[in-house]
Amino acid sequence: MKIINSAHAGTLESSDAYIQINPLEDGKIEVEIHSSVEELYGEMIEELILDTLKKMNIKGLHVKVQDKGALDFVLKARLQAAVLRACESEPNWEELI
Amino acid sequence: MKLRRSMLFVPGANTAMVCNAFIYKPDTVMFDLEDSVALAEKDSARMMVFHALNHFAYKEVETAVRVNPLDSPYGLLDLEAVIRAGVDIVRLPKTDTVDDVLDMQNVIEKIEKNIKTPKKTKLLAAIESAQGVVNAVEIARCSSRLMGIALGAEDYVRDIRTQRTKEGNELTAARAQILLAARAAKIQAFDSVFADVRDKEGFIAEAKKIKALGFDGKSLVNPNQISILHDIYAPTKKEIDWAFEVIEAAEHAKKNGLGVVSIDGRMVDAPIIARAEFTIDLARKSGLVGDDDE
Repeated sequence: MKIINSAHAGTLESSDAYIQINPLEDGKIEVEIHSSVEELYGEMIEELILDTLKKMNIKGLHVKVQDKGALDFVLKARLQAAVLRACESEPNWEELI
Repeated sequence: MKLRRSMLFVPGANTAMVCNAFIYKPDTVMFDLEDSVALAEKDSARMMVFHALNHFAYKEVETAVRVNPLDSPYGLLDLEAVIRAGVDIVRLPKTDTVDDVLDMQNVIEKIEKNIKTPKKTKLLAAIESAQGVVNAVEIARCSSRLMGIALGAEDYVRDIRTQRTKEGNELTAARAQILLAARAAKIQAFDSVFADVRDKEGFIAEAKKIKALGFDGKSLVNPNQISILHDIYAPTKKEIDWAFEVIEAAEHAKKNGLGVVSIDGRMVDAPIIARAEFTIDLARKSGLVGDDDE
């Protein structure tokens, strides 16, 4: 899959996350995290984002995460929804678990 | 038969509810991908529910998902996601005919075969139209996967050209038909939601009414309604004491070769014993008596 468009998924409501994706050249991956728990969980959130992108075989994007206290599965769901929107693709469920 | 008094609707697009619904301990958590989700968020809600179903918190509670109809662009995608995620029950929206059930069943069987799961996903058919009510008997008998049929009152009253009232007279025919169809097919029957979450007295009155009619439970839209409903369904101490007395008398009669016994001048026969057994089972499942209470 290839990032074709900018896309987003999620909300800024409590327990949720808003994830914005923009295409980047040269297969780079940039992750920008804004979270009230960034000091404690910033590294874990970044790890989860990178791991999820790796499983989806996605490169060449800037990911901006605005976290409002989302659980891991919520962050994953929001990221995957945004990526699929940006790629204009349907899900391959095996690689999304 | 599993106790299903409370089936809590959880909009798939409401992240806080998706994360917390299990905490309230409904008998079944019922994620919704249909009417409560805007068209632009169908994909993200589906993704959220897929991950929630895979989360350990939802392995401890029975889960259902109301999917979109198969003739919409979303129904098949919903099924691909939720069957893979191991949902226990798929709730069919707007079931009018036997074919609606069989079409859904065929798609589910194909997905289960593809992913080689031993799990056999159950079905719950929501009846939401005059046609569905008229066909309820055939629908209830058409699939071994059907664990129940449920009344969807909002669409039903629109279809029969009336509106919902506190008294609920407009639902009398549908409730009777759905209940009888379910009982004849030996599956469960569920009443519709009570949407005005501020009207506690109205909810209590409706819950008592549908319990008296014989419904197994009710769809809910607010977690606050769960404990109220469970209390209404719980047998009273007097009913539990009576049930144990009946069972004891029946066992005594059997042991001593007596054909029939009576308690307080009332004959204890097979239907009375069956009702007593049901009361004790419900009391156990409601946590009112332990396995050692006899």
